[in-house]
Amino acid sequence: MKILYPLIAVLAIILLALIGAQVSGGQWLFGVVLPYVTFAIFLGGFIYRVTNWGKSPVPFRIPTTCGQAASLPWIKQDKIDDPSTLSGVLIRMALEVFLFRSLFRNTKAEVHDGPKLVYGSSKYLWLFGLMFHYSFLVIVIRHLRLFTNPVPSFVQALEFGDGIMQLGVPVLYQSGLILLLAVTFLFVRRVLMPQIRYISLANDYFPLLLIFGIASTGILMRYFLRVDIDSIKKLLMGLVTFSPQFTGEIGSIFFIHVALVCTLMAYFPFSKLMHLGGVFMSPTRNLANNSRSVRHVNPWNDPNIKPHSYAGYEDDFREFMVDAGLPVEKELPPPPAAADETAKE
Amino acid sequence: MAQPKADELGVMVARDPSLMTGAIPTRDWMDVPAIFKPGNYCYPAKASMVAYHNKSLPGLFGEPREWDVESDDWKLPENWKEIIINGIRERLDKFRSFKIFMDCCVRCGACADKCHFFLGTGDPKNMPVLRAELLRSVYRNDFTKAGKILGKLAGARPMTFGVLKEWFMYFYQCTECRRCSVFCPYGIDTAEITMMARELLHLVGVGTNWILEPAANSNRTGNHLGLQPHTFKENAEFLLDDIEEVTGIHLNSLTFNRKGAEVLFVIPSADVFADPGIFTFMGYLLIFDHIGLDYTISTYSSEGGNFGSFTNNELMKKLNGKMYAEAKRLGVKWILGGECGHMWRVVHQYMATMNEPGDFMEIPVSPITGTRFDNAAALKMVHISEFTADLIYHNKLKIDKSRNDHRVVTFHDSCNPSRGMGMLDEPRYILNNVCNNFHDMPENAIREQTFCCGSGTGLNTGEIMELRMRGGLPRANAVKYVEEKYGVNMLSCVCAIDRATLLALMEYWNPNVGVCGVSELVGNSLIMDGEKERDQDLRFAPLAGMEG
Repeated sequence: MKILYPLIAVLAIILLALIGAQVSGGQWLFGVVLPYVTFAIFLGGFIYRVTNWGKSPVPFRIPTTCGQAASLPWIKQDKIDDPSTLSGVLIRMALEVFLFRSLFRNTKAEVHDGPKLVYGSSKYLWLFGLMFHYSFLVIVIRHLRLFTNPVPSFVQALEFGDGIMQLGVPVLYQSGLILLLAVTFLFVRRVLMPQIRYISLANDYFPLLLIFGIASTGILMRYFLRVDIDSIKKLLMGLVTFSPQFTGEIGSIFFIHVALVCTLMAYFPFSKLMHLGGVFMSPTRNLANNSRSVRHVNPWNDPNIKPHSYAGYEDDFREFMVDAGLPVEKELPPPPAAADETAKE
Repeated sequence: MAQPKADELGVMVARDPSLMTGAIPTRDWMDVPAIFKPGNYCYPAKASMVAYHNKSLPGLFGEPREWDVESDDWKLPENWKEIIINGIRERLDKFRSFKIFMDCCVRCGACADKCHFFLGTGDPKNMPVLRAELLRSVYRNDFTKAGKILGKLAGARPMTFGVLKEWFMYFYQCTECRRCSVFCPYGIDTAEITMMARELLHLVGVGTNWILEPAANSNRTGNHLGLQPHTFKENAEFLLDDIEEVTGIHLNSLTFNRKGAEVLFVIPSADVFADPGIFTFMGYLLIFDHIGLDYTISTYSSEGGNFGSFTNNELMKKLNGKMYAEAKRLGVKWILGGECGHMWRVVHQYMATMNEPGDFMEIPVSPITGTRFDNAAALKMVHISEFTADLIYHNKLKIDKSRNDHRVVTFHDSCNPSRGMGMLDEPRYILNNVCNNFHDMPENAIREQTFCCGSGTGLNTGEIMELRMRGGLPRANAVKYVEEKYGVNMLSCVCAIDRATLLALMEYWNPNVGVCGVSELVGNSLIMDGEKERDQDLRFAPLAGMEG
């Protein structure tokens, strides 16, 4: 069910777009209205989520210290994994965001008879995660060709690099294949590994299937079911200049591709995909470990919470303290018997 | 319930069907209820303890009552679900960490096999990701659009009594050690989630006695054991006799509640009471006497370990506030802290933020070496290992390393000083300088990857012994490795809870290995002025070559 429902959902979107593109007005709906609406949802939702996170304070410094802290001058600090300054934090975050440093540490534990626990290196999730994200990024940037005129030089350079493995027409972009490979791997991993399958939800499979659909329709469109790229570019340029127009016949596969992309955009802000924004805001990673050298302020700190007072403590135990020779603030009252004596005299 | 012997439990861990050994549960985790049996849960808090805390922090600990964990009636308040949901809302507004950690998990599974409780029990809900999902599922149901619309399909479920039982079971099978957080690509810290969940549980009066009673003791008597001032003093002074017997000299430098001392020394109170902590305490005293430190110990603030941090922020703050209050009353220049894990997590990450600034003190300067501890400039509190390492670096200690030759030592990085503070090299520097035989455990089990003792955060109670031995298995296993490879016979650490719990863990899995604090080994190696010829260590064990 966890796989079936997302699969049905993705197939339904494909079918809907396939049929929708044929009926009258359908092309406007799928090629113009849907992209506008979902892009607005994506942008608005993304901003809403990030500002919503930002509204909650970070009352305490809680970085995970993954290395030696700044300490005595002759002890070597691990400035990246346990940063004490902003520049250290920036490097730590950059390595986290661009190279998935924490995931690089991953190990695999096994239990053998004895019992004996053994730990081995396990870098493939890191590797495929990296491949997945970078190929996705390259593809997104490459698509700027369709939205810009003239095409910026960095997009052209990226395209050249992406297609360098093969000279031919059309040029084969590796990014598409790598994305397809990586997304397949991540999906298969989720299905085959018992631990991962057990923790997976329908909303873990859905984006993977969606992205699989997007990548495969994109590849189909480019290499097999050729579409009129000029009309598409005109439509997309029209979209970004707010004067959309259809100039020629565009194949159905294009509308399927667009419908899947739009679904992803609309789904994005309301799902785990928001880790794109969240990774920058995680307090265990983006804070300097300097809570002892610099005082930080908790905005909701309650000054009325006071420790049990020393006076109250001494009142409780004064007699014992005096007996034990512990210094006290207030001496014991004179014993009642002695008081009586003085009264008599 | 009889506890299995080590070899039986070993077979169970390695062979019993569990997600760790590769057996796949047939039912979805949401459909597997938490079932309480004697031995798998901590006893609930006594009504009197709840009532005690309610006096100073009303509303945070629920209604005082006697209740039974195994019963289906926990005598919860009528509106308990509302209290929990409102509690979640309040905490989402107070902690960005909580919001981010609820939203950003992609369930990649990198954390799955990093938890010592998962490794030892194989219980899927001990995978950090799933532990967090126990709370996240309720969050989705009440606080996210997807959860409201799609329900279970989006991994959402309403708050029910069954969920509450799960929370009680699994958030008390998390020692907040943060090992999972090291490996998470977004730094999701289950300790933070567990802390939130425990705050929520306490709101509806679901707490454990082994936490609330020590917390009440700490509040009233100053220490979690409930030692009254005179007993505390007598216990500590009793150890002076032992020191005299071993070294031949009587130390006169130990004072209590003395105004005008330069340094206030705060210890985990177990160090004056329980074996093997008392040997660590003897080590502290020997070091201070050796260098002539002007220090005092307070009976009022005689506990570093903060049991409040296992309940909620408010009680944590209340208990922690004593250190500054006492430092101010005594007029000390700065505070020195003993070997204690949670104490240092709270001190390092929260203290300067929770309390009024400690500006009445000075930036700590070692009166012996002149070193200024700039890393503690705002907090005004120095860790004993930093202090001792600095002394050794400046050659201020006369050390006879060979006095520890009968020990082959390894070092257990306590979770809090390592992953919550970043203190990794100071204890190792000390150990390398006070003993000739020091061997680190394998890298997957030390420093930031260190494994928990299995009994932190108020879990070192007898009623869950099997769970503790399972949770401590990864640590014990790494010790066994160096025991077999180098003949290690002493596991040192800088945490009082470790000293208490590792002792049980070693007796169970590696009975030839003892447990000690780092300062014990320092104290044992010191050549004191006027001492007699030494033939015994601080435990009255013969030194190498003196076995007779």
